[in-house]
Amino acid sequence: MTSQRAAGLAFLFPALLYIVVFFGYPLFNNLVMSAQDYTVKSFYTGDAPFVGFANYAAVVHNPMFVRAVVNTVSFTVGSIAFQFTIGLALALFFNDRFPGSDTLRSLLLLPWLLPLVVSGAVWRWMLDQDHGIVNAALRALHLSHLLHPSGGPVPWLTSTTWSMPAVILTNIWVGIPFNLVILHGGLRAIPDSLYEAAALDGANAWQRFRHVTWPLLRPVTGIVLMLGLVYTIKVFDVIMVVTGGGPANATQTLTTWSYGLSFRDFAFGQGAAVGNILILAATGFGVLYARLARQSMDAA
Amino acid sequence: MRAYGRTALGLVIVGVLLFPLYWMFNASLQPSGALLKPSPDLFPVAGTLDGYRAALGTQQGHLVASIIVSLGTVAVSLAVAMPASYALAQLEVRGGPVVLFAMLIVQMIPGIVMANSLYTVFGHLGLIDSYLALILADSTATIPFAILLLHSFMMAIPKELSEAALVDGASHWRTFISIIVPVSRNAMVTAGLFSFLFAWADFLFAITLTTGQTFEPITVGIYRFLGNQSADWNGIMATAVLASIPAAILLVVAQRYVVAGMTSGAIKD
Repeated sequence: MTSQRAAGLAFLFPALLYIVVFFGYPLFNNLVMSAQDYTVKSFYTGDAPFVGFANYAAVVHNPMFVRAVVNTVSFTVGSIAFQFTIGLALALFFNDRFPGSDTLRSLLLLPWLLPLVVSGAVWRWMLDQDHGIVNAALRALHLSHLLHPSGGPVPWLTSTTWSMPAVILTNIWVGIPFNLVILHGGLRAIPDSLYEAAALDGANAWQRFRHVTWPLLRPVTGIVLMLGLVYTIKVFDVIMVVTGGGPANATQTLTTWSYGLSFRDFAFGQGAAVGNILILAATGFGVLYARLARQSMDAA
Repeated sequence: MRAYGRTALGLVIVGVLLFPLYWMFNASLQPSGALLKPSPDLFPVAGTLDGYRAALGTQQGHLVASIIVSLGTVAVSLAVAMPASYALAQLEVRGGPVVLFAMLIVQMIPGIVMANSLYTVFGHLGLIDSYLALILADSTATIPFAILLLHSFMMAIPKELSEAALVDGASHWRTFISIIVPVSRNAMVTAGLFSFLFAWADFLFAITLTTGQTFEPITVGIYRFLGNQSADWNGIMATAVLASIPAAILLVVAQRYVVAGMTSGAIKD
């Protein structure tokens, strides 16, 4: 039916137009900008000289680059490792039905629904060196000396040592619900009969997890980890609100650095270059994930 | 008995994980002086509504701006995503799978890249500091999500339904409006709620595409409030509580949509 095909295109047209104008063009524009000396002046004169790979060279040779990459990796790995482990533990806990299990589990979604600026502000208040509840709790539990040699309040947000753990802690809290929900959905899809059979074979709880839950959960695990990676590598709000990338760039990641280059230093070309490197990294991980997924599928 | 032990443990877990929210609420009700004591008060015994007064006084404009941007984003997202999903799910469009795959991929583009680029584009168009710019920018995040969600819902609508209408002589547009849209109401609510929530929570586009001369959404309002030298935690936390209201309402009113939305954002099909 040709009329149906024409109608299909007509209905799809606004979306196609939107993709081209608001994804295609910006991505292209970003690529062009990264090869231009694009500054505030360019906005008025419309003149941005072509500089080839100069922006990329400037960015890569900037001492900040290695720092931002290392910070991005520690932030991402630290966040995901804990989000995933805690999310999985909670998913397993709530997978057994008990009175109130559904209600309690859905309450745990709240941190995920809140604006990140709100979560960031709350944690910034809780991690305040002198008046924050975290240091008050550490003091009350006599744990301060474990974290801080002097035993005084931990300078979470003002020291180069503790600011990264502080933003990771905040981001873990934000990310737990997502891991919990997706992994819980995966657990629900595993047939009870498999557990019954394992129990008949005399498998204990750990063996049931190791030989039934974990292998059957693997596809969902892959999705959660990959999405976690893609989301975490580009986190902006949490870091901006909790530490602003400081102190002394200790929490500066590729994302916040790109923002700083463009909107603080007005070096839009360099900001675009860092943004493109970020896209490259995210795509690289995506491809790597796809390959690993295929390999594990072939092996199975 | 063992089941109730689990419930008790579950309560403890929820208590620990949601403690930051209680702490925000607690601080929003305590006078600023009390917040700066060496050991904090666990309950707002000498409570005050000063924080809320300050929040409503200084943040009112930001709240209104956020409502306008969020509602606008919902309208644009649904207007684009509904017909597209109908085409992808019910009419055989060539290249449909490619479009769906693209929707999945574009969600992975870092927001900072979009912000960087949209800033220069909107700058040339004179759209910086306009509601339109923020609505269009926020839609870049909500439209792909809405299309994936609505598409997977509309795949489940039997094709016979729209085919019957077409046989009866209704146009495609008529079929879409009087059959597809009413049947898809639940999925539309989910997509709309998530679009609202995303736009409400957006900070990156809000801070890059506005200069504060005309208006600023509430997320930027909180950020600027935080940056004040004399951080008034009572007022900041009251503002944070107000900014959390849409999320809380969503969780209470539309709980089952939330899980549906979360999973459909993550898993295709």
